[in-house]
Amino acid sequence: MNNLDRTELGFIAALPLLIACGLLLPQWIVNYIHVSLGTGLVALGVMVQMRAGLVSFGQGLYFCIGGYAAGLAGRLWGLSDFFLLIALGIAAGLVVSFLLGFLLRRYRRIFYAMLSLAVSMILFGLLSSSEELGSTDGFNLPATSYLGWLPGQSVSGDVLYVATCIPTVICAILLHRFLRSPMGYVGEALRENEIRIEYLGMSARKAVHIIYVIAAVVSSIGGVLWAMALGHIDPEMTNWVTSAQFVFIAILSGIGNVAAPLFGTLLLEFIRVYAVEIAPDSWHIIVGSVMLLIIVFLPRGLWSLVSSNNGLKNKFTHRVKAASEPEGARS
Amino acid sequence: MLPMLTAIAIIVDGLGFSAWLFLSSVGLTLIYGVMRILNIAHGGFYALGAYSAAWSIGLYSQTGSTIALTFLLIPVAALVAGVVSGLLIERGILRFMYGKDEILMVLVTYAIFLVLEDVTKLIWGTDSYVAYQPAFYFGSIDVLGIPYTVYRFIVIGVAAVVGAALWWALNYTRSGKLLMVVIEDREVSASLGINVTLFFTVTFVVGAVLGAFGGAVAAPEISVTPGIGAEIIVLAFAVIVIGGMGSVGGAMIGAIIVGFARAFSVHVYPPAELFSIYLVMAVVLAFRPYGLFALAEGRKI
Repeated sequence: MNNLDRTELGFIAALPLLIACGLLLPQWIVNYIHVSLGTGLVALGVMVQMRAGLVSFGQGLYFCIGGYAAGLAGRLWGLSDFFLLIALGIAAGLVVSFLLGFLLRRYRRIFYAMLSLAVSMILFGLLSSSEELGSTDGFNLPATSYLGWLPGQSVSGDVLYVATCIPTVICAILLHRFLRSPMGYVGEALRENEIRIEYLGMSARKAVHIIYVIAAVVSSIGGVLWAMALGHIDPEMTNWVTSAQFVFIAILSGIGNVAAPLFGTLLLEFIRVYAVEIAPDSWHIIVGSVMLLIIVFLPRGLWSLVSSNNGLKNKFTHRVKAASEPEGARS
Repeated sequence: MLPMLTAIAIIVDGLGFSAWLFLSSVGLTLIYGVMRILNIAHGGFYALGAYSAAWSIGLYSQTGSTIALTFLLIPVAALVAGVVSGLLIERGILRFMYGKDEILMVLVTYAIFLVLEDVTKLIWGTDSYVAYQPAFYFGSIDVLGIPYTVYRFIVIGVAAVVGAALWWALNYTRSGKLLMVVIEDREVSASLGINVTLFFTVTFVVGAVLGAFGGAVAAPEISVTPGIGAEIIVLAFAVIVIGGMGSVGGAMIGAIIVGFARAFSVHVYPPAELFSIYLVMAVVLAFRPYGLFALAEGRKI
């Protein structure tokens, strides 16, 4: 366990803290935290792709696939087991993204953004016109059980909250690992210059495919967790407007660290609560202006304010400097 | 085989949808072609145009004057809405962002789209507007027993005229030819003394007016409600992706393909309406990854 870095240790320390919050804070706050753990994972999926320079305007697709995998399992087979539903969500996201990956890996930049949007809107169209699945109203999920144990009404919320925290933290740590693995660095190189990657003998398309599948699986897990937290799913999950919110979160929080989108989601959730109360009709004006300001003045997101070495680029130049300068020359 | 009646209905509806789609998406492809900005705010222009047309028609018809003049109101409303919002956005925000990454510009225009959505709501409220008067002014004609409003045929004609006018302006006028040079190479045209910034501003305003015009023309046939901007933008994306982004002729072909795909599914299997559009798009892209008439793009090493 010696090779845990600061972020991973931080996450492990955050888990008991997160659970304590859930038990101590007032219920309405906990509800927001709970919901934003699910959506936070989807934002994380967007952020992983953004690291590779790929902006997905259709990540809601996998958010929805996860949610509907869990919902349909409950509706068709009466399944409500937490672990089983997550496994189903992962499987559904994995299969769909693996197949779609063959199409999407051919595209980059705005074409990637538009095609991912188009694909998510196909599902939106299908779900909103299928009456068996409640068309645009969606349907409810049964109460969650755990390996055959169905917690009582009074504690079920707390149990689900704790059960949601654990996979979220695990996903975040695993993604952090992925980003620091050779494949993760290929992703960053992809953003910088794809043709050079190919000159080095890597397949850029394969790398895009892998990143796409990983982002999809994380988002599906987010979808399952979100659906269980809310107890309800509807096709809005895969509308492009929902997907665009995840992009907004990734922009707002920055792509410097896996913790950023999770905090960003939570922050946005709270801002939304107050903004809707104070100015119900101008919520989008606030969001839009904040987004413009962030893009202009804080291109690496809010995270660059808290991180000690100001995000990715500097980190990289630091490392290059450290490598090229003689030992001890760095102050 | 399809029954004759259904086939006729598909053809007329298909043409109607295509005309509406072309008017709503040609501004998007024009802006992309010249400025390389995928303008999500286009949905906002569409909504602004639709609202201002529906609102002004509503006000005007309360006076009890002849409805014929509302046909003047539609282009005027679009012109005012498009010029004002287009100029404000281009001069106020976008010009500071030129030269930034294409994908970042998508996010910028998305942010603008969000702001426009709420501005529309603040101006016109969240109620729906119905401005049906122009649609029924000329009455309707029967095509093999199916009644169609004459308005719909007028829209088809208008779309054809707009398409032809754009084609003529781009290929046979001095400014159009200069614009083609700007599209080909921004830096070389700037060094040849072409005022690229001016071309950008004009293009953006023209694109915005076209977007607003699409909304204004559609206003009499639809109920104008919040959210129409978000709906049209996904359809417009499909149209210009199929046609090849940046190509006006491509937008026309794309609009016809999407329009007929939609009309076909509406009459044969209505639940697949949205699905059919993207299915067509996926098929086209499987063979032509960047659309039918994509602009050539150099490989950057």
